[in-house]
Amino acid sequence: MTNLSGKCAIVGMGETVVGKRPDATTNSLHLEAIKTCLDDAGINASQVDGLLTNQPLNDSHRSYAVKLAHMAGIDPSFATDLALGGATPIAMVQHAVMAIEAGMATTVMCVHARKRSTADPTPGYPIRRGDEHWEEPWGHFAAAGGHAFAAQRHMYEFGTKSEDLAHVAVSTRKHASLNKNATLRKPITIEDHQQSRMIVAPLRLLDCSLESDGGGAVLVTSVEHARDFPKRPVAILGMGQHHPHFGLLDAPTLTTLGGKKSSEMAYRMAGLRPRDMNFAQIYDCFTITALITLEDYGFCKKGEGKDFVKDGRISIGGELPLNTHGGLLSQAHLEGQLHITEAVKQLRGNEVEPERQVANAKVGIVSGHGGSLAMHATLILGAL
Amino acid sequence: MSKDERGRAARRGQPYLEEPEAKPFWANLREHKLTAQRCSSCQKIFGFPPQALCPHCLASDYQWVTLSGKGKIYSHIAYHRPWHPSYQDKVPYNVSLVDLDEGGRLVTNVVDCPPEEVRIGMAVEVVFEDLPEYTLPKFRPVKQV
Repeated sequence: MTNLSGKCAIVGMGETVVGKRPDATTNSLHLEAIKTCLDDAGINASQVDGLLTNQPLNDSHRSYAVKLAHMAGIDPSFATDLALGGATPIAMVQHAVMAIEAGMATTVMCVHARKRSTADPTPGYPIRRGDEHWEEPWGHFAAAGGHAFAAQRHMYEFGTKSEDLAHVAVSTRKHASLNKNATLRKPITIEDHQQSRMIVAPLRLLDCSLESDGGGAVLVTSVEHARDFPKRPVAILGMGQHHPHFGLLDAPTLTTLGGKKSSEMAYRMAGLRPRDMNFAQIYDCFTITALITLEDYGFCKKGEGKDFVKDGRISIGGELPLNTHGGLLSQAHLEGQLHITEAVKQLRGNEVEPERQVANAKVGIVSGHGGSLAMHATLILGAL
Repeated sequence: MSKDERGRAARRGQPYLEEPEAKPFWANLREHKLTAQRCSSCQKIFGFPPQALCPHCLASDYQWVTLSGKGKIYSHIAYHRPWHPSYQDKVPYNVSLVDLDEGGRLVTNVVDCPPEEVRIGMAVEVVFEDLPEYTLPKFRPVKQV
């Protein structure tokens, strides 16, 4: 089996303005993300021959990758929708690498957009996960509930406290305050977190991420072609996935998730270790998700996340800057698409506000997490 | 009646009583029996949701067996925000994951116990809440003798 580490690179990236976009539609946000990505890569749509997207949450969008390709003037030889929830944006990059190495495409656009802050006028019906009728009759309706089960269990097994989770929220907000394209930019304190209202105990309002309108895209090609593009390419060094259960009813544990095996696979492929990472863009749909993933990724031992997130260790300038863009908690929740674009910007250098730049950023890790704490995907990226 | 306007599964917040694999589960609950599928080949309990083939060995023969109704809390939460209008007056309310002694886990509610007194590992037993259209299994703490 060939090791694909370093065979492909990200040569373009685009982000839309995020937050409330009342005049936008699901279609327009995807197209806007594609356009900004093509402009960044300095090419036009006819030079793209692959398109991957995340299955939209509306049943009127079938075979959406093909529809979107033709709306954007792309004639794809490789296209599909992926459906791994918040692990999808990373999985798209992984599928792009596989398609390029298999000779099915040379230049693949990976695009994701959502309209969840303001009403989406697209006709149709929402897509559901499929097992909600084993939860909702007992009043369990929300992703916050599933993650609150994990938080409660983590607190029981390891003595983690709500105040520990607050450190993730505070540091992430600090980073968002430095990002012009972030939704919530007013710094918060541990006390603000502790006084924020309970949503699903033990999770409070400031443990929860945003609902956002916006989109993002990255363009993947082989390293041989990467030098033809104007911006500094970012190599794809490591990839992994693991999906250890589907729902809360078949989860063997909620305190170690797919991130453990997924990251082990990615580290092995890249030949790198946790301490080689200059930053981490970790899926933070809730504070607890980031804390568990930091443990699963080997940045600290299982159960020690509560100490790892303190003392500025996860802030820019610290040992492992975490979510330098403000994450899903404070920048925008676009299923982690912007965790990837942020990693690309950090590794290019000179693309973010100077106070947000991680000094000498050479290698970083990115995580995606989806469903009922079920799906997980990992990327390790490096500056070329 | 458990389908939406397009004939698909379950109104929001309701069980889907006609789901072929789960129909006996809901019918048995009406008679105050908590049941699960047991594989005729490997003898293991399938777990929930019910399915046509054994998740452990993919055998297609199984029996519905009545469980003891005893279990332990794997984790518990308290909803302080009502996501559904019918819960407006119920917050804060408990939702728990109960691991049943014979195998299988349910999302359920612990009743006869204030939400703040529910604990991980707590021994619980089934009680049946009869509603006009269906019966829900819920759990209460086992009284210490």
